[in-house]
Amino acid sequence: MSMINYASREINCKIVYYGPGLGGKTTNLEYIYNKVAPTTRGKLISLATETERTLFFDFLPVDLGTIRGFKTRFHLYTVPGQVYYNASRKLILKGVDGVVFVADSQVERLDANIESMHNLYENLAEYGYDLRQIPFVIQYNKRDLPNVSPVEELERHLNPDRVPSYEGVATKGIGVFDTLKAVAKLVIKSLG
Amino acid sequence: MTAGGAPSWSFGPSDSQRIEEILNNLLYESNARCALLVDRTGQLVTTVGEQPSFDSAAFASLTAADFSANDQLASLIGEEEFSSLFHQGRTESMYLADVGKRLILVVLFNQQTTLGLVRIKIKDAVAGLNKAFEEVFGRGEDEESPALERGFVDEAEDEIDRLFRE
Repeated sequence: MSMINYASREINCKIVYYGPGLGGKTTNLEYIYNKVAPTTRGKLISLATETERTLFFDFLPVDLGTIRGFKTRFHLYTVPGQVYYNASRKLILKGVDGVVFVADSQVERLDANIESMHNLYENLAEYGYDLRQIPFVIQYNKRDLPNVSPVEELERHLNPDRVPSYEGVATKGIGVFDTLKAVAKLVIKSLG
Repeated sequence: MTAGGAPSWSFGPSDSQRIEEILNNLLYESNARCALLVDRTGQLVTTVGEQPSFDSAAFASLTAADFSANDQLASLIGEEEFSSLFHQGRTESMYLADVGKRLILVVLFNQQTTLGLVRIKIKDAVAGLNKAFEEVFGRGEDEESPALERGFVDEAEDEIDRLFRE
């Protein structure tokens, strides 16, 4: 639910990073936080447990600057990936404008990816949203690990609609900006 | 926004003026310092009174999370909702109230006033805001929302390329 404020001339768009636990959602945000110019981003807020597992969400506002008179911002959120935090996950999806699914490419995490993707569809459906109508991209993360599934196999299981997908190594920043750029542009197009 | 996605909403200068009037009146009558209006998705709509020195984007997102978490707690104990929340600090306190299930009114206040007075005055303000936002959400998207200028998308895309690069 992008909010366009014609009085203060601001546009805010919400992008949510979704996916199974320990897949690299927070790492994506941390990389973005460290790489974009400090003047263009706000604080990275993390509601995490003592062991740095996301408990509720991470939040990072990034300022695109003033475009045609409108101050344009992206609000990036992650959800907690662990299965039992579904209530929190659903809350964060409220009003989402674009979704990034961060899949864990390791063979043994395939089922967790599939389960999380189903959960994403279900949670969006509860708000009356249809993922096929929302700007959506997928990142196949952890491509540097030895035990990864081939991308074709991941595509077959996770990407039947062939939305844009990117290979990533979020710890090294590989694919992080490609993914973000893709979803950000789709969100902007949906406004225009 | 396309069908099936989240609906957009927007408001124009006349809505804004009306809303700020209600909030300014609330601050005047309650002697509170600052009022912020945040939508349930975590976006700041407006601020009146003393301009906060904190990161208001972070504040807005945490406010929405706070309210959402409390909604869930309410339903767990069999309540439909907690329509207001109060957080007491040593010198600064905040009172949060639901506005039409779409927005949250947050009032920051200190010892210059009392919780009781703030609570009473917020009730009036919430009634006024409910009425104002019924109109905002009730009308078609285009009435006070002229289309974004031609060229907005291209320019934004260029800016995205410039900002998100190694």
